[in-house]
Amino acid sequence: MSEHQLDARRLLCPMPVIRTQNKIKELSAGDTLVVTCTDPGTLSDIPTWCRINGHTVTDTRETDLEIIFTITVGDED
Amino acid sequence: MTQQRKAVALISGGLDSMLAAKVVMDQGVHVEGINFYTGFCVEGHTHAIRKKDKEKQKRNNALWTAEQLGIKLHIIDISEEYKDIVLNPKHGYGAHLNPCLDCKIFMVNQAQAWAWAEENGFDFIITGEVIGQRPKSQRKETMPIIARESGADDRLLRPLCAKNLIPTLPEREGWVNRDELFDWSGRSRKPQYALAKKFGFEDFAQPAGGCCFLTDASYSKKLADLWEARGERRYELDDIMLLKVGRHIRPKPNFKVIVSREEGENNFLEGYRKQFPHLRILSHGGPLSLIDGDADKDDIALAARIAARYSGGRTADEVQVQVENFNGTSYVLNVAPLPAEQIPAEWQV
Repeated sequence: MSEHQLDARRLLCPMPVIRTQNKIKELSAGDTLVVTCTDPGTLSDIPTWCRINGHTVTDTRETDLEIIFTITVGDED
Repeated sequence: MTQQRKAVALISGGLDSMLAAKVVMDQGVHVEGINFYTGFCVEGHTHAIRKKDKEKQKRNNALWTAEQLGIKLHIIDISEEYKDIVLNPKHGYGAHLNPCLDCKIFMVNQAQAWAWAEENGFDFIITGEVIGQRPKSQRKETMPIIARESGADDRLLRPLCAKNLIPTLPEREGWVNRDELFDWSGRSRKPQYALAKKFGFEDFAQPAGGCCFLTDASYSKKLADLWEARGERRYELDDIMLLKVGRHIRPKPNFKVIVSREEGENNFLEGYRKQFPHLRILSHGGPLSLIDGDADKDDIALAARIAARYSGGRTADEVQVQVENFNGTSYVLNVAPLPAEQIPAEWQV
């Protein structure tokens, strides 16, 4: 199990979701992916995408300009 | 034991594709969704950019639909390949720069060609098309064109109007029961709303479709202006993003000024400051403005006067504007804001 980073800043939805989806395809179940975004639309889209595809958002942190998701990769993808 | 068939549903985020997928799911077919990102998708973008819209509910309707249906959704970035559809539509444009028929052929083809769909044993494709629903892409005579040119042929099932069409392979093989499909046609939305009610779907996106900026007159005008100014029909993803943001003012053919309208757009345009010469208002509160094109010193001075007109100093005698170049060098101009009456309507793209 390893931790990975994804910089999705300045991308507009759905690109942060697409990048997350494509990155997770490369990872294994139990791995952690930390995704940094700036589009507030990701607050809805990334958790929704994770729910329907069997992954878990374990932490969401918001600063003035950034939203940082920590995702644990599920075994369904 | 009967083999469970698998279908890929094109999910736009509108009601029709949601209903089409549900109708087939209810017949025991395993359905997964696919959604294509062309770069022109309305979903989220401008709402995400503009700060004043931050209180509005933001959701990607395709994702929302998939969650309501309880299916997986695969979102595919086709923005690069899609350029050829926008620039060279074999079947022409709709009312604006919307190549709807070519777009549908392309998307069905993408679904068909999608390598893993076959690798994973998907048997057919579902769309929410209804005969006569849309003037260009959803006519009875164009539906066979989509099936044939996409390569999907009779593995393309349109559950909402299937009974008006020749039976497809999934119907002939009994993978789905044709009797439980529909024979809708025309622009009325009543059948859709009735079926949505039956399924218990609420809060779905309305209207169905209409998810593409290319169907928008003012957006298409901006894209046409961009092509005219460049002397050629081409675009990059950044170009089409920027067309969604700010005021676009073209005082001369060789350049335009993109003036942000509020803080959210300011933040968005900041991301482009290394790609464009840009203007900051120093003496007053004001927008960040990008200069797109080949502007000389006089042009930049005019751009600064335009930017000043949209600043807090619009009524001041003089406004201080910082001009920043690509290479990081900058200088300050003191300019008189251009009066509103000196910005003619034809400058507004």
